[in-house]
Amino acid sequence: MSVDTKSVADAAEAYEKGPGMPQLDISTFPNQIFWLLVTLGVMYFVLARIALPRISSVLAERQGTITSDIAAAEELKLKAAAAESAYNQALADARAEAQAIVARTRDEIQVDLDAAIAVADAEIAAKAAESEKAIAEIRDGAVDAVKVVAKDTAKAVVASMGFEADAKTLTAAVSARLKG
Amino acid sequence: MTEANSKSGSFGRIAFWVILVVVGLAIVLTGKPLGEEGLAFHPMAQFEITPLFGDGDISWYTPTNVTKWMGLSVLALVGLLVIGTRGRAIVPSRMQSVGELMYGFIYKMVEDIAGKDGVKYFPYIMTLFSFILFSNVLGLLPMSYTPTTHIAVTAVLAMLVFTFVTVLGFVKNGASFLGLFWVSSAPMVLRPVLAIIELISYFVRPVSHSIRLAGNIMAGHAVVKVFAAFAAVTIMSPLSIAAITAVYGLELLVAFIQAYVFTILTCVYLKDALHPNH
Repeated sequence: MSVDTKSVADAAEAYEKGPGMPQLDISTFPNQIFWLLVTLGVMYFVLARIALPRISSVLAERQGTITSDIAAAEELKLKAAAAESAYNQALADARAEAQAIVARTRDEIQVDLDAAIAVADAEIAAKAAESEKAIAEIRDGAVDAVKVVAKDTAKAVVASMGFEADAKTLTAAVSARLKG
Repeated sequence: MTEANSKSGSFGRIAFWVILVVVGLAIVLTGKPLGEEGLAFHPMAQFEITPLFGDGDISWYTPTNVTKWMGLSVLALVGLLVIGTRGRAIVPSRMQSVGELMYGFIYKMVEDIAGKDGVKYFPYIMTLFSFILFSNVLGLLPMSYTPTTHIAVTAVLAMLVFTFVTVLGFVKNGASFLGLFWVSSAPMVLRPVLAIIELISYFVRPVSHSIRLAGNIMAGHAVVKVFAAFAAVTIMSPLSIAAITAVYGLELLVAFIQAYVFTILTCVYLKDALHPNH
């Protein structure tokens, strides 16, 4: 019960003190208003002179950094694209040159080949003519030899029969036979 | 670069702790000692204005608990927006990004509501917002005093806004500022009636503007104190502490929301002064 009596005493004391709401105590108003205006003045000074310009410049700087970084990235991208197209161009050039070299080499080889074939043809033709001539000589020689052998053989055959054949008749007879 | 950063970082950390110790000492040394109290309802005692030194009368320049807590608001503002941003880092530190968040929040509010030509008055609006926010939030510390619970303070804030906006409206627009009260989109018959209503609502603005802030903050603090008184009774204390915790969370929200509401209404009034014809 001591709690109750104490609270009653406190309430009575508080009641004697005056109005319940310190907010309505007009005697403190000048004090509050004075310190409020001082505080607002100091806060305004701190904000307007130091804090806000600083934050504003930091934000602007950050924006600038981001923008320039993006621009730099864009530029690097363009450079990369240019490098790629240069690379492709070089590749295409090299390929074209290689094809040109191949074609030229092939032409040169063709020319050499044609010349060699012509020389070989000529040699073959010469050899063939020579061989034909030799064959003709050999054939002519063979015919003469056959005549001589046939004359000799005919003379021997006639002689073995006991007759004497004169050379003129023999030759005519052999010739006639060879022709026939 | 990194060495300079770490240097300024350690300086900032030291400055932060120094401020914290100074604030703590100021609170403890100038506060009233915790007395032995039973079940006692003094929900309004926290709003009393007492001199910091001695027990004399309160004249307009006496340093009082008002001075102390407004001074702590200034210190908190300096700590967050000046010391917190001293690194001017492109990639902000935690403190700096909170400061930038606060800056961007109010800047965007002014720009969105009052328009591009309202940005010129951004520092004034930021001052109002900072004062109310830091007063409200510091007022949630135990044994603290909250300047914004007093109608004397909020009325001055509201009257500053009202006077500034009215003078600005006439300076910028001349007599056509009165077009604010002449609703040209309404039928001709209704316009005089509407003009009277608009005029009354215009002059009621500072009243609602100031009482909303003081009333909300005062009510919350008084409720916490009432629950706190019940905590002295053993059987009630768990419920009481749970209720204080819940109300405290709500008050944290209210502390921010009331600063926000006061600021956004200021922006709306500023817009009316700059563009009275919508």
